[in-house]
Amino acid sequence: MRMPSSSSSPRALLALSLLLPALAWAGPDLGVAEKQPLNWHAIGMFFVFVLMTLGITYWAAGRSKSASDFYTAGGGITGKQNGLAIAGDFMSAATLLGLTAMIYGDGVDGYIYMVAFFVGWPIILFLMAERLRNLGKFTFADITAYRLRQGPVRTMAAISSLTVVCFYLVAQMVGAGQLIKLLFGLDYNVALVVVGALMLVYVIFGGMVATTWVQIIKACMLLAGGTAIMLLAFSQFGFSFETLTTKAMEVHKLGQNMLSPGKLLADPVTALSMGLGLMFGIAGLPHILMRFFTVTNAQEARKSVFYASGIIAFFFNVIAIMGLCAIVLVGTNPEFFEGGQVGGKLVGGGNMVALHLAKAAGGNLLLGFLSAVAFATILAVVAGLALAGASAISHDLYARVIMKGQASEEKEIRVSKIATLCLGVVAVLLGMAFEKMNVAFMVALAFGVASCANFPVLLMSMYWKGLTTRGALVGGYTGLISSVLFVLFSKSVWVDVLGHAAPLFPYTQPALFAMPLAFLAIYVFSKLDTSAEAQAERAAFDDQYVRAQTGVGAASAAAH
Amino acid sequence: MSNPLYDNIKRDPRYAQLVRERARFATTLALLVIGVFFAFVLLVAFVPGVIAQRLSEGSNLTVGIALGFAQFVFFCALTWVYVRRANRDFDPRNAQIVQDALRKS
Repeated sequence: MRMPSSSSSPRALLALSLLLPALAWAGPDLGVAEKQPLNWHAIGMFFVFVLMTLGITYWAAGRSKSASDFYTAGGGITGKQNGLAIAGDFMSAATLLGLTAMIYGDGVDGYIYMVAFFVGWPIILFLMAERLRNLGKFTFADITAYRLRQGPVRTMAAISSLTVVCFYLVAQMVGAGQLIKLLFGLDYNVALVVVGALMLVYVIFGGMVATTWVQIIKACMLLAGGTAIMLLAFSQFGFSFETLTTKAMEVHKLGQNMLSPGKLLADPVTALSMGLGLMFGIAGLPHILMRFFTVTNAQEARKSVFYASGIIAFFFNVIAIMGLCAIVLVGTNPEFFEGGQVGGKLVGGGNMVALHLAKAAGGNLLLGFLSAVAFATILAVVAGLALAGASAISHDLYARVIMKGQASEEKEIRVSKIATLCLGVVAVLLGMAFEKMNVAFMVALAFGVASCANFPVLLMSMYWKGLTTRGALVGGYTGLISSVLFVLFSKSVWVDVLGHAAPLFPYTQPALFAMPLAFLAIYVFSKLDTSAEAQAERAAFDDQYVRAQTGVGAASAAAH
Repeated sequence: MSNPLYDNIKRDPRYAQLVRERARFATTLALLVIGVFFAFVLLVAFVPGVIAQRLSEGSNLTVGIALGFAQFVFFCALTWVYVRRANRDFDPRNAQIVQDALRKS
């Protein structure tokens, strides 16, 4: 296993985090970061961002009255805005830092990984985007429970949504704490409380309107900052790919091999499993699915994925060039290595490549800007996750399961605000508890559950007439439990966290195994279900299909 | 629990035609993406030598980088193709079917 020369983490941890698709979304595995001196440029710029977003939250609070405003911004977001917000949700701080570090350390392997990370988007556009908008209202359980028994199906969807949200939230929090300690010189616990408090303000007062706009602003900042750094750095090579790569190969530890695929995808089973998990995991993440309900209609939903795909594809290529430039500009500059030892340990650890490049290409001002963007990114993603988790609790569990649809709108909104508060507190406390742990496995778990429990049931409910309550329940729980067990028994938890000698399950990626299992369970148990209820559920498919196809009867946008 | 509006739509032969065409179009595009991507992954896993080959003598542009970049461009182009056909062809037909069904019910 090769790894970036600059890693600050122990070898085993880094090897693990590179194998996991995790790296790119999770808080990058920063290990335990050292606290840096206070960075005033970064703090100043972050302060401006916070003021702006608080202003937006104040404005949004005045417009957030109904449940639909709170959960889905009243369905009034345009395709272009939503495309930016989706891209923003997808490109977390870890994407920027992790992928730049990956190209820096592994050369072309990182680029291959980026393709895998991107390819889910066109699939979502072709197969899901319009149907999601036509069938859903606030949560994706609105779709899976559309013609099935509400109580048990929503309970299942809420449990797997909350599993995904909690693991993802804690992973983001731990990453955030380490990163902020590093970038801003703030104490780890203080950083967590700041992130948690701001997130609560956005979500509780501004609901989805504020959450979406925070995400849009951050996406624009990320795009602008990344592109500026790429252009400044690339200009030092006369914008020539040949000059850049020739120089990079001269100084990179892999030399000519930098441009050949390495060990990242050497094992076909892991490669396939990773590909599947990356591709379909996105289509099962509650905070991404939720975005499809914020647009006016199916046409805007389609447009938003079109824009999101373009933005993500563009930005991944920007990151790839940034990584290559960093090999020369950061990798040969003693200023960025501890003790001035070129090729030794990078100041602040392996994931600091993008930030060092910002300094090398644009000085302290650009470094401050990119640090502020990284902080903003974490905030925006965390807010989206909290809102997705809160809506599973209030809209699915409280309003539909416990109150059986009898809860008033005010009550439902109040419950979701309380749920947001609880989720925020839990995330901060767990983030503090997990400070010194490698949390990469949490993202593997989140993606495992998203791709193996949420996605199969969601897909089948939209496409297969034969789906029944029993099939959905058995299939969903099979996917949930098996993906959790596969990750538990894999090296990432069984060996690295629990300290056993050898893993019980040889692969770190559950998707290739747990996803077919879930689909099989859905199929078999639906087929075996001959009850009258099951017949009625199959009969209801045709009407659901008409709505999915034509948009007639779809939840409409609020008039603002 | 069937809704008369939905029944009107279901009875319209143009609805069945639209659904069939749209499904074929979307599935073709999706399979194209999945096929191209997994062919690429298998190429990387089983014949990494090809991926490392240079496109032309003396250039650093490898087959792998070129194929990776081509996929970004190709998949984005496909999303454009999909949105364009949906906007120009499917949406107006859909609107017409719904409008006629509304008039009848």
